[in-house]
Order: sequence, then C-alpha cells, then structure tokens
Amino acid sequence: MVEADDFVKGLQGIGFDFFTGVPDTILGGIIAHLTEEGLYTPAVREDEAVAMAAGAYFGGKTPAVLMQNSGLGNALNVLESLNLIYRIPCLLLVSWRGFEGKDAPEHLVMGETMTTLLDTVKIPHRTLSAETMVDDLQWTAKTFMEQRIPVALLLKKSIVKTVQP
Amino acid sequence: MIGPEEGVMQSRAQAMAAIFELMTDQPLIVCNGFPSREACKLRDRDQNFYMIGSMGVTAGIGLGLALAQPQKTVVVFDGDGNVLMGLGTLATIGALKPKNLIHVVFDNEVYGTTGNQPTYSRVVGLDKMARAAGYVNVERVWEKEDIVYEFKAMLADSGPSFLLIKINEQLEEADRIAFTPPEMTKRFKESLS
Repeated sequence: MVEADDFVKGLQGIGFDFFTGVPDTILGGIIAHLTEEGLYTPAVREDEAVAMAAGAYFGGKTPAVLMQNSGLGNALNVLESLNLIYRIPCLLLVSWRGFEGKDAPEHLVMGETMTTLLDTVKIPHRTLSAETMVDDLQWTAKTFMEQRIPVALLLKKSIVKTVQP
Repeated sequence: MIGPEEGVMQSRAQAMAAIFELMTDQPLIVCNGFPSREACKLRDRDQNFYMIGSMGVTAGIGLGLALAQPQKTVVVFDGDGNVLMGLGTLATIGALKPKNLIHVVFDNEVYGTTGNQPTYSRVVGLDKMARAAGYVNVERVWEKEDIVYEFKAMLADSGPSFLLIKINEQLEEADRIAFTPPEMTKRFKESLS
C-alpha cells in the first residue's frame, strides 16, 4: 500500500498545486495529508469543485479534484459543457466504490458502469496501482499537458492508505 | 413586489454598463445565456470569460480564480437562476471568505434566456442567503446611482461581496459569442499571466 504523503508528493512532483473536492473514505488519507499541508480547499459538490479547479487553472494553477465516483454524476455537466469544450484540464482523483460489486447498494450501478461512462464522454482514465504508480503519474501528467482536458485516476480500496472513520 | 415601481428598474444591459464603467483590469466571469452575450456586446475585453454552458457554477469558477490569484479582484456576473442552481457555493464562499471576490447577481426573477419562466428569487431573498452564508458585504440595489455607489465601495473594501441588482426582464439584442470556447480559454488565461 502507498502512503498518502508519498502519493501526494508524487502528485506535486508532476506539478499539481491546487486540490479541492468532496471526501470519500478511500480518499480520507490523501485529504488528511493535503489538509495538514494546507493544500486542500473543500467544496460542497463535485461540480463546484470542478469549477473551482477551472478558475484555479485560469489563474496559473495545476488543479486536481478528489471525489467519490458517485460525484462523477454530479460533475458530468460541468466536465462536458465547460472542461471538454473549453479545453480546461484537471486531474480527477476518483475513488472506485462498488468495484466488482462488493460495496453498499448505492455504489453498485456506478461501480459497474464508471469506466464505460468515462469512455463514453471521452475522459481518459487509468486505474492506479502501487506497482505502477510512477508510470501512472507520468501518464497523468502527459495526458493533462497534451490533451488539455480532464483526466481521471481511479483509486480502488487499499491502494493508498486511508484513515479509519 | 419588494422593489420600487417598474420604471426605476434597470435592464441588465444598463446595470452591466454602469458596472463596466467602474472596472479597470479586473478579471470577470460571466454566466451562461444572455448575460454573456450582453457583456460581450457591451464591453468585450481580454479579461472577460464568457460561459456558454455549465449553468450553476459561475461563482465556483470565480472562487477558484480568486484563490489562485489573491492579488487580483475577481468579479463574477451571475444570474438568479444560476445562483439558485448552485446555492451551495454561497456557503463555500461564505466559509472561505476570499477578500478579492465580488459576486454581482443580476436578478430579473426569471429564466430569461429560455422564455421568462419564473425563478424562486421572487420569494427567496438571495441577498439574505448570501449574508447568512457569511459574505462580508451584501447589498440589494435597484437604481443606477446605488449600483455605482455600492460597486465602487466593493472594489475598495475587502470581500467577499455580494451585490444583488434587481433588474427588469428586458433582453439586449446580442449575438451568440463569436469566439470558440478554446479561444476564450486561451485569451482569458493569457490576460491573467
């Protein structure tokens, strides 16, 4: 398992310097570390977070948005009618709740359809693993810089250390 | 009817023009629909960012920019329908209290771009919500001289500020934005660097 601070260092290493989002248990460790470092600005909805990230990008930042995959639904319109058409990039750090159907009922449909949904709206995505983290981050930076659109890194349970609720 | 008689009310274009008179190089985010088209017609500038979609997040974009560039005063031109769609952002702004954000809401109490269907701002005071959320300066105005007086004060004071301008339903004849969305991103981003 990757330590949250190592993962954050990895993100900072490829340039990310503005972090916002809405929490999920899988993301708890990352958010705790970002908050400790004074790097995290909480949002109340995922579409708001994506919008804040867009404003920060205009202002010269390289933004990342953290969210549970249920939040992708909330963010979808902004991703489509702001980011994708205006070529405004951001990193979406999305927790993969409902992976392989092992989760609470409210997560099962999104858990099963998330990657199809991302493919449909043409948001490039990759699933993070501890073994491939360096490569995953390099791919993220490259896609972000070259395509100037949102790029998603999917986080399954127990890849990055979290905090117990 | 909370405001004075209809005759005193400004159109959005008149109210916008009064504010543009006071603006220098402040970055401006304009909400989707006619407000963007009107702003582009009245005073197009490199520091204007026109939204054509993503209704409800105008203030969110302004907030992100205000946090990223705290030395610049960021102005947001919003509408009542937009604010109501993204009400949570009032809380985010009220809690984070960016000093350099002025949130102007042109409130005609209708979804004007889609045919004047009524919004709830007729009965829900958006200024009261902003004050409750924690905006530092909150004003509700109708007339031109009050728009000028309050916006000037907001430019000088620490925010976040919320200027609710009650306007009539009149639309300005204005074409769709001629720039492509990627052109707008490029132009706006370059104006800030």
